[in-house]
This record gives sequence, C-alpha cells and structure tokens, in this order.
Amino acid sequence: MENRRRFASLMGPPSLYLFLLFLLPLGLMFVYSFRAGITGPAHDVFTLDNYRSFLTNSHFHRLFWRSALISLTISVISSLLAYPLAYYLVFQAGRNRVTLMTLLIIPAWTSYLLRVFAWKLILGSSGLLNSLLLSLGVIEKASPMLIYSRSAVIVTLVYVWVPFVALPIFAALGRIDRNLLEAAADLGCKPWEAFLRVTLPLSLPGVAAGFFFAFIPTLGEFVTPLLVGGASGQMYGNLIQDQFMRALNWPMGSVMSLAMLVAVITLVFILTRLASVSDLVGGLNE
Amino acid sequence: MNKHRIFSPGSIYFLLVCVLLYLPILLLIIFSFNDSTRLVFPLKGFTLQWYGKLYENRELLKALGNSLMIGFGSSLIATILGTMGAIAIVRFKLPGRSVFLAVSALPLVIPYVIFGVSLLILINEVGMPPSAFAAGLAHVIISIPYALLIISSRLVGFPDNLEEAAMDLGASYWGALLKVTIPICSPALLAAFLLCFTISFDEYAIASFIVGTDATLPVYLFSQLRFPTRLPMVVALAAVLMTVTMAVMLFTEWLRRVGQSPAKKG
Repeated sequence: MENRRRFASLMGPPSLYLFLLFLLPLGLMFVYSFRAGITGPAHDVFTLDNYRSFLTNSHFHRLFWRSALISLTISVISSLLAYPLAYYLVFQAGRNRVTLMTLLIIPAWTSYLLRVFAWKLILGSSGLLNSLLLSLGVIEKASPMLIYSRSAVIVTLVYVWVPFVALPIFAALGRIDRNLLEAAADLGCKPWEAFLRVTLPLSLPGVAAGFFFAFIPTLGEFVTPLLVGGASGQMYGNLIQDQFMRALNWPMGSVMSLAMLVAVITLVFILTRLASVSDLVGGLNE
Repeated sequence: MNKHRIFSPGSIYFLLVCVLLYLPILLLIIFSFNDSTRLVFPLKGFTLQWYGKLYENRELLKALGNSLMIGFGSSLIATILGTMGAIAIVRFKLPGRSVFLAVSALPLVIPYVIFGVSLLILINEVGMPPSAFAAGLAHVIISIPYALLIISSRLVGFPDNLEEAAMDLGASYWGALLKVTIPICSPALLAAFLLCFTISFDEYAIASFIVGTDATLPVYLFSQLRFPTRLPMVVALAAVLMTVTMAVMLFTEWLRRVGQSPAKKG
C-alpha cells in the first residue's frame, strides 16, 4: 500500500505532463480530422468528407508512396554502407573498436539541421562541389543537377543516418559467439561460407533494427526536402506542413497526419517484434 | 586479430567513411573564415568579419536568448520528470509501468511534423498564441525519453538497499531519495540535462510550427537562408553552433560513462 502511494506520486507528474502535452494534442488532431473547417460555423460541423477526399486524392497517394520509396532507398543504401563498417569494427579493429565506433557517431552529435545545411552548401549550383569540379577542370560549367532533386535528399539523408544504422549492426555482430565461427571452420566452411551461413543470419536482427532506425524517421522527414529537395524531392511531410501553414486546411492535414502516424506505429510494432530492446540500444556500452 | 594490418580493405573503407562524415562539418568551419561573400572554391583569404557580424546582429542575439531560455527551462523540467519516472519504473514493478514506458518512448519515433502540427492545434484550441514558451513545453516531451533512458540506466546500476539503509537510519522515503538516490545519480542527472539541452537547442521542426515571432536560433538560421548576401554570416553561426553542440555532447558522453562505471565493477 505504501509502495503504491509512492509509485503513484512519482509517476503522477510525468504522466500528467505526457497526457496534457502529448496524448491530448494527438487526440485533438483526431477530432479535427472530422471537422468541416477551423473557423466560423464549419468549426462545429463534423463530417467524413476529409477522409473521403484523402482516400480518393491520387496526388496524396503518389506523394505518400514516393516518400516511402525515398525512405526505402535511403535505408537500403545506409544498411549496405553501414554493414561493412560494423563488420570491420567488430572483427578486425581489435581493442579499438568502441573508440572507433564512437568516432563514427561523433559527427552525428552535432546539429542535424546544420549537417543538412552543410550539404545544401556542398551541393548548391554555385556551391562547393560545383566550384571544386570547375576549378579542377573536371566540368566546364556549373551543373545545377546536384541540388533540388530527389537524389540530393537521398545523399543528404544517407549521410545523416549511416552512423545510426551501423550502431545496432555493430551490437548484433559483437554478440556473435566466436566459437561458432571456429566450429564452422573446423567443419570445413570456407570463410565466405561461414559468413553467409553463420555471421549474416545471426546479425540480421541488427540489420533490421538499423534499417528501421533510418526508415522510420525519414518517412516523416520534411526539413531536408525543404532545404535540398526542390519540387521533385518533396515528401509527404511537406504536404502535411503545407496543409497547416499555407493551405490552412487543418482538418485535411490532420487526416494526413493520422495516416502517417498509423504507418509509423505499425512499423515500430514490426521493429519491436524483429529485434529485442538490447539490439536497439546496446552497442557502445559493452 | 589483424592488428598489424593497418591497410586492410576494411580499414581503408572505414577511413574513407570517416573522412566523408567529417568533411561537411570541416568545410563549414573552414568557409566561416573565408574572406568572400560567396561560398566557392578556391578560398580567398582569412577573415573574422563574419563572426564579428554575428556579434552585432541583434535579431540573432534575441534568437539566441530565446533558445537558451527554452533550452534551459525544458531540460530542467525534462530532467525532473525523467528522474521521477525513472525511479518509479526501476524501483517499483507495479502495473502501469509498461504503459508509461510505451507512451514516454513514443516521442522518439513520432515524426516531428505530426507532433508539431498537433501542438499547433492544441494551442489554437486553448487560445494561447504561438511562442517560444510553447516550443519549450514541446521540447520537454521529446527530451523525456532520453532523460528516462540515461537516469534509469544509472539507477539499475546501484542496489536499492542503500535507500533502505537510509530509511532504517531514520530517513523518510522522500528524504532517502533526496539525500541518497539523487546524489548518487548526479552525474547521470547532469548528463541528462545537457543532452536534453542540446536536443532543444538544435530542434527546428517542431519549433517552426509553434514559435510564432519568437524565433529560436535554428528557426532564425533557417529564415536567413532566403538572403544570399547573409550566407557567410549564417555559415559562421552554423560553425559556432556545431562546435558548441559537439563539445557539450562529448562532455555529456564522458559524464554518462563516469556515472555508470561503478555499476560495471559491482
């Protein structure tokens, strides 16, 4: 009884705060998704029209799938780039592996916005990469192709996420019992066979975690497309932002947000089935 | 162990990725000292004028003030709430625990654009104008999971019989928490505070929806990108922010490890 009271008094304030400033706004968004408008009498009219037009608007769907495809591309490239990094650190870097892993993570500790900003400067049409290539004589005139495109968004976000994707893979590889690899060798496995049949399967939960580490946050991305994406690099998040800041169609924006929220929560649920919590947060604390 | 093979394919690849990871940051810092209004190669010469411009810019100083204020306030509240939550979930295995954990971890995965617009709806509904204060309230939410994680991993590291000992010696439960638990956790508390501070200081997405006219530093920086002539000043600002965040984070990581080391021995 005593314990229960202590537990409740400790838990009360953080729970109340989370309820009022996190769950309540999301709940209100749910209510707004049924509103006919946000001003005047339309504010008090409730309708399913927003859902209907969301489901029939092919522009929304296109952008939703395009965003998903961009996120998928980013996550696949990041996983492919991160795997050899983690593999090198775990199996070849010896005692320095944690230090070297930290070295990879440190750039990710600086401001996210500013790292994206740095890429805007690098990729810009009068930017660093173009001027470097010009002054080296590699190209004859500045190419505007680098920035304001889908590939600029992909390059920038791969840069941002590679270290985070490497982390769970590093943890998963680190937990593999070396005796298994020795056993495989004793039984006549060539090194690449041992990799394919022992190391890779055992590290897959880490790869899955890393994949989702990049996929889930990039799905809701809107700042990077704003900075380097241009028209063809727009993502679903930009559409939501537009509904609230420019089109001022909050009810429609709410429907779109809820759709994305459902998608994200489903993905998180899948992630927690695939990988244990220690796969997700382990790694540097060994 | 291939310790002596420094130039294996693996190490060359690792080195290459490292160079690519650090290069954009280095370029930003190098160009903040470049004596030219345009950001192009070749470099023109050394100057400190862009840093001087930062110092003279009143709008920027106001944005800095806003950022420091909400950064300080939100991380203080997040650390306090995170401490309470962490003690509750580590020390008591009572129902309600897993629901609390799930809800408090949700801000880690929810897209900030969604959280941002939902807060816009909330402040609109209660009739509160958009402000830096509103952004500060929001930053507490996104900081709580980090504070919880850091503090609870410290709490797991020492046994609760220290609290019991204090209570046997006559302290009340709350007295034991204040005099025993909190001091033992203090490196973790400071680490949590600093991490939350950098989260708030750096946060653009949510703030962009609800700060209104009280620009924070990231919002101010973003708004200046429209003016090409101010680019060198923005680069100098970016260089300063990057260096400061990195230094604070390095210190935080060091603190976190110091705070946890007794746990490893025991």
